[in-house]
Amino acid sequence: MHTETLSNREEIIAEITQSVTDFGEKHIRPYMMDWDETQTFPREIFTQMGELGLMGMLVPEQYGGSGFGYKEYVAAIVAVSKIDSSIGLSMAAHNSLCTNHILQFASEEQKKRWLPKLATGEWIGAWGLTEPNTGSDAGNMRTTAVLDGDEWVLNGAKNFITHGISGNIAVVVARTGEPNESGNASAFVVERGTMGFTGGKKENKLGMRASETAEMIFDNCRIPKENMLGNVGDGFRQALAILDGGRISISALSLGIAEGAYEAALQYAKERQQFGQPIANFQGISFKLADMATEIDAAKLLTERASDLKDAGKKVGKESAMAKYYSSEVAVRVSNEAVQIFGGYGYVKDFPVEKFYRDSKLCTIGEGTSEIQKVVISRAILKG
Amino acid sequence: MKILVCITHVPDTTSKITFTNDNTELDKGGLQFVIGPYDDYALARAVEIKEQLGGTVTALNVGQQETEPTIRKALAIGADDAIRIDAEPTDAYFVAQQIAEVAKAENYDLIMMGRESSDYNGGQVHGMVGEMLGIPSLSPVMKLDIDKGVAKMAREIEGGKEYLEASLPLVLGCQEPIAEWKIPNMRGIMGARKKPLKVITPTNNDTLTTPESYELPAPRTDVKLIDADNTAELVSLLKNEAKVI
Repeated sequence: MHTETLSNREEIIAEITQSVTDFGEKHIRPYMMDWDETQTFPREIFTQMGELGLMGMLVPEQYGGSGFGYKEYVAAIVAVSKIDSSIGLSMAAHNSLCTNHILQFASEEQKKRWLPKLATGEWIGAWGLTEPNTGSDAGNMRTTAVLDGDEWVLNGAKNFITHGISGNIAVVVARTGEPNESGNASAFVVERGTMGFTGGKKENKLGMRASETAEMIFDNCRIPKENMLGNVGDGFRQALAILDGGRISISALSLGIAEGAYEAALQYAKERQQFGQPIANFQGISFKLADMATEIDAAKLLTERASDLKDAGKKVGKESAMAKYYSSEVAVRVSNEAVQIFGGYGYVKDFPVEKFYRDSKLCTIGEGTSEIQKVVISRAILKG
Repeated sequence: MKILVCITHVPDTTSKITFTNDNTELDKGGLQFVIGPYDDYALARAVEIKEQLGGTVTALNVGQQETEPTIRKALAIGADDAIRIDAEPTDAYFVAQQIAEVAKAENYDLIMMGRESSDYNGGQVHGMVGEMLGIPSLSPVMKLDIDKGVAKMAREIEGGKEYLEASLPLVLGCQEPIAEWKIPNMRGIMGARKKPLKVITPTNNDTLTTPESYELPAPRTDVKLIDADNTAELVSLLKNEAKVI
């Protein structure tokens, strides 16, 4: 490494990548296929990641976090996801959805109460917006919150929630106004153990099987009035802002998958001999590798641009949607081609690419489908 | 407890090694460098001893500016400060002189390093430093505890385990399982930038070794599998092809 040309920040990013990779090789890789096979959510790994500082990447040091920007955060998500993307997904949901929502919109008192536990990994966070009947159409949600004296009473269900069962705390967006009315939703923090708050069915998934995805059910769940984040009616606006940043997480997750699959395929193509030479010598394979490398670089540049804007405190809605849309599609294409390069060995679980292939599909769906990203992008470009 | 840990800046152990300049120099292009794996064990144990007994850990490296990321990793792992002696580490004697010169002025209780670096694998520096300072040196050390100013150590020897005790100060060449490698956490990475890294000039340039040339080991050849029942062919191949009988 020619370090004299690297800036201080690039050097820090390289060190973060190295630390996360060393951690993942030691504590994740040896167990990840078992977790995947048995759909085990390895809760303890997130405690260790908390000790390493990975569970509060964006949280300032005063609340027990690492105090980094998005660029550093992206580097960590990429490095984790290159090894096991389901751990990357859980880390992303914890950091950029739940924890970041509290960081962005909570009062000082609320921050002091919840952030230190989240940033150290002592608590793991969930974030609930999606419902069985309202995915992308979140304005029409059925979960309601009604003020009763000093308490809000929540009723309804959220689904496809990362850490819906194991999360110690959840940020939940519930309707406090009429359906489809603007400003009809508010955000609340619900702690595990609150009466009427339970985890529901755990989903059996195609990929990302070590990351827990489950229902959260609210049945006359009463929470103190002071658990609201911001004001009545702010919920949807807050959620959209969180998703703008969240999309950078999914871009990073996608990049990790794409890089992991590509590097495995590249090495295999150089080692695998057919007809007396490495298969990388055949144009059918080398052109695939060229496409993969080019698309990964483009995805990386889009993700970097979005992170830079976010770190500079600028508007990032369109750019993060572009990064998420492109990177996630690249993750699917690259992992698909990686399986193809591995041939029969790509289809079996002894090699890492089949898992990347299964895991990748989440990226074009979670935190807004590719189609929704195109809605966000087209609205932005048509408005101008 | 005042501990000096000497670290080497070596190519990652999975690197593909090539040579340049008519095979007299290592080609550093494209190589990733790390803390020498044995030094990393020594550093990890030094940090643990500091956490247990208090004191300081200073990381030292003989190397040019390019080694600073490696030194900062040692700071991120838990060293309190660092010294870089600004010179190419040409051979064991040169490096040992630099370490001894620093150590003379500082009265360290322990000078720890790997049993050998993982690039040239000389394994001589700890012995030389001990001699230059007139204090005992031991290597390899696989277990180390400090109890009331006495170092209690263990190492594996042929057919058994040897337990040793020695009073401080000491120079130790360390290897696993003296400690587990430590992975720097995020706070350590940021904190490393605020810790002092002193750059000093070398004392002299005595180098006793000049490499003539390097060569790579012969590439591994194909394996021939012979049926267990076919002894005749095996004998014939060993005799005529491998020429070992």
